[in-house]
Amino acid sequence: MHKKNQSADEVISCRNINKIYQTGDVVTQVLFDVSFSIKKGEFVAITGPSGSGKSTIMHIIGALDSPSSGSYSLDGQDVSQLSDDELADIRKNKIGFVFQSFNLLKRTSVLRNVILPLVYAEVPAGERHQLAAKALRAAGLDEDRWQHLSNQLSGGQMQRVAIARALVNNPAIILADEPTGNLDTKTGEIVLETFRRLNKEEGHTIVLITHEADVAAHADRIIYIKDGRLADNL
Amino acid sequence: MMIKDLYQETISAVTANKARSGLTILGIVIGIASVIALIAVGQGTQDSIKSSIQSIGSNLIMIMPGAQRSGGVSSGMGSAQSLTLDDVTAIGKEISGIKAVAPEISKRYQVVYGSSNTNTSVVGTDVSYQQIRSLEIEAGVFLSAEDINASRKVAVIGPTVRDDLFGEDADPIGKTIKVNNINFKVVGMTKSKGGTGTSTQDDQITVPYTVAQKYFTNNKYVSTISVSAESEDDLSLVQEQITALLLDRHGKTEDEADFRIMNQADIVSAASSIAGTLTMLLAAIAGISLIVGGIGIMNMMLTNVTERTREIGLRKAIGAKKNDISNQFLAESITLTFLGGLIGIALGWAIAWGISQFASLSTNVSWSSIFLAFGVSAAIGIIFGYYPARRAAKLNPIDALRYE
Ligand SMILES: Nc1ncnc2c1ncn2[C@@H]1O[C@H](COP(=O)(O)OP(=O)(O)OP(=O)(O)O)[C@@H](O)[C@H]1O
Ligand SMILES: [Mg+2]
Repeated sequence: MHKKNQSADEVISCRNINKIYQTGDVVTQVLFDVSFSIKKGEFVAITGPSGSGKSTIMHIIGALDSPSSGSYSLDGQDVSQLSDDELADIRKNKIGFVFQSFNLLKRTSVLRNVILPLVYAEVPAGERHQLAAKALRAAGLDEDRWQHLSNQLSGGQMQRVAIARALVNNPAIILADEPTGNLDTKTGEIVLETFRRLNKEEGHTIVLITHEADVAAHADRIIYIKDGRLADNL
Repeated sequence: MMIKDLYQETISAVTANKARSGLTILGIVIGIASVIALIAVGQGTQDSIKSSIQSIGSNLIMIMPGAQRSGGVSSGMGSAQSLTLDDVTAIGKEISGIKAVAPEISKRYQVVYGSSNTNTSVVGTDVSYQQIRSLEIEAGVFLSAEDINASRKVAVIGPTVRDDLFGEDADPIGKTIKVNNINFKVVGMTKSKGGTGTSTQDDQITVPYTVAQKYFTNNKYVSTISVSAESEDDLSLVQEQITALLLDRHGKTEDEADFRIMNQADIVSAASSIAGTLTMLLAAIAGISLIVGGIGIMNMMLTNVTERTREIGLRKAIGAKKNDISNQFLAESITLTFLGGLIGIALGWAIAWGISQFASLSTNVSWSSIFLAFGVSAAIGIIFGYYPARRAAKLNPIDALRYE
């Protein structure tokens, strides 16, 4: 009874995950036997030195990539065996990504960038603008920038657009890879405040990936990773 | 992804890189326009050859001196003298199934009126020539039986001759012209038959054969015998009878024949097969440019997919399925080829029209060439768009996002 309750609470559950890359004859193991879980509504930071495998973990828990072995369940559903299109559905409905390198569409307006996930989710056209505006406000981007093209923005502004795009479809889980990496301390603080607010007020589960200890300190819980293995601290 | 969104994504992708889209469209436009214009020229030429052959008469059979199949050197057409006025009379009397028969004694002369002169062909013939060659009279009258019998020095001129000697819109009837230094009175002018080339009957002077015999050749030989058969079905039968009759009269076997005989149907089909080959050749040249245009599209789509790999990764990361991606790229290439196809058809049409206006070549834009060109461009868009689109859709999102 107790165990069942606990697993129902876990949105993310990784069991003995290994990730191996093979390039020609060279075999690189990036993740070694990684197991952890994250509960619904948690604000968790994953931290570790550069190259330790943080982004790789994020891609796996975001259903962008699959583990070489081990099992991963999202919302109680085993994701490791799903087809490409089924994974696309999961990404579309449950997950919002903020990528390390933003990945905004060039020569495309801020608004259109934020609307894009709604297009694939087939949200009726009439509701899109309102949802995008709400997400942009939540991410704290000034309204006079909304019609700008994404490549006319500063790094911090792009970061906000990337966050707004992650929020727009109201996903249960938000995965943010180094969201403050390109920002000065003050702007970084504001972005982190935004995540904190989204977590508290809207109940989003947030996984924040960072290599900076003081950024990780904003989270409720910190998962340490070192050379592809979980660690107690750094 | 909804259709309306696909449409919007396509528009923004096509307009995002205007220069490249423009060049791709241009490749297709040139291909399609040249297919349509060149086929139009070929088809137009074919049609005008056909109609100008048909305009020389109805159910016409022509007999000319010269060897049918000569053992060694073949003599040039019409250079030999073997057909006589008696042959003409014999054909008229003995062959059934013919409407009319006429001799032709033709020569080229310098024709003079006042200070103007022109070099034209002068044909001495009979009254029945008008019916055989379907000549219509614009002004005055055609040759009459009395003209022939009395060897009157009268002439019926073609409209081109009128233009050359008297000027356009002038009235030539009753004027006197000099042919080979002999005065002829113009009694009639034929209607224009159109047609091009040197064999046009618009540039011809028709006189009584009796006069031509007396003043030009001074012998019994004729250059051509024209026969008009009762019906098209009789053409080959009549042709065989005439051949037999003439061989018999000349005392020759089939292998020694000293004349050549052909009918209009054969000439039409020979000429149109030559023109058909011309059309095919033009179409092949145009087809090559269409293929080049197609390769341009494929090249552009491949670069497009490669260049936008990160974008594809991002789209997949936020929930795009394989079909969403491949439909998007397919829609882009189809849009480009269709735009190119439409502009190409319009341009091809305009070029064909321009050629007929300014180069005095007749052109005929056929529906089949439009369907062909459009079909090919649609096929190019789908085939050359499908492969890169499929390739883009299969990319793993992470690999795509990492792509540099
Ligand atoms: N496709 C690949 N083939 C081989 N090795 C790879 C591949 N992708 C990642 N790696 C390796 O996996 C390791 C972990 O990479 P990852 O991007 O997860 O690190 P990270 O912790 O996010 O680092 P950073 O803080 O710099 O972003 C690196 O050593 C990298 O070289
Ligand atoms: Mg990383």
